[in-house]
Amino acid sequence: MATKMKIKKAKDGGYQALVLAKHPMETGNRKDKKTGKKIPKHFIQTMTFHLNGTPVAQANLSQGVSKNPLIGVSLSGANSGDKVSVNWIDNTGGTGSVEATVKSRQPWKD
Amino acid sequence: MKRRILLKGTAASASLVAAAAAGLLIPFRLLAGDWPQTAFESDDAGDAIKDYFGDAAVVDSDQVVIKAPLQAENGAVVPIKVTTTLANVESMAIIVEKNPMPFVASLDVLSGASGAIFSTRVKMGQTSPVTCLVKAGGKLHRASQVVKVTVGGCGG
Repeated sequence: MATKMKIKKAKDGGYQALVLAKHPMETGNRKDKKTGKKIPKHFIQTMTFHLNGTPVAQANLSQGVSKNPLIGVSLSGANSGDKVSVNWIDNTGGTGSVEATVKSRQPWKD
Repeated sequence: MKRRILLKGTAASASLVAAAAAGLLIPFRLLAGDWPQTAFESDDAGDAIKDYFGDAAVVDSDQVVIKAPLQAENGAVVPIKVTTTLANVESMAIIVEKNPMPFVASLDVLSGASGAIFSTRVKMGQTSPVTCLVKAGGKLHRASQVVKVTVGGCGG
């Protein structure tokens, strides 16, 4: 299950991390068409965001979050060159992670 | 070109190994806080809010802005974005009032983050108010918006 991240500039001048995790996020209510049995709950529970190794935010998700969750979190105090890493864990113990570096355009040099 | 890709791959995997060694890849769930199970499993929005945020006064605030469609084309994927200009944000939550389990997502803001933006895509069972609560300065700041859900068809 792949997890991707994009770091964008946010309107307030800071940065925003957008994480897209491939995950079914099953509610536990859907029925398997072949067996007629309910497909068990399977969803990401926590997704933790780290800036240069320090956890800065933790998103708590539930089965009410859509499949392949796209989670956006602002990173205040992030500077170009900082390392952002995100890892998540789901209710069955499955995990995923992704890392990226904050980049900004180089200003024109005189 | 191939040499570059090889070097990039080596560097990436090396940093991954270093990160793993440093313990960065271990889920930080215990450090940041456990998954708030009671809130998420509650079928009552009010109880879930009390469980997650504790007893804090709720005030309607225009410093919490919800960006959500007025009408969702697909109830399985409704994009919700919460932005706030409040200072000292501790946590925020997204509640879909008419869902069987209304407490859908939350964010714990740890020191060093602003909590200014939180966005996700949620499932909505039916037309419902979507409420966002932001805990800052000991109070719960609330904003709410009704999102219409049309099941199938092109709206209207």
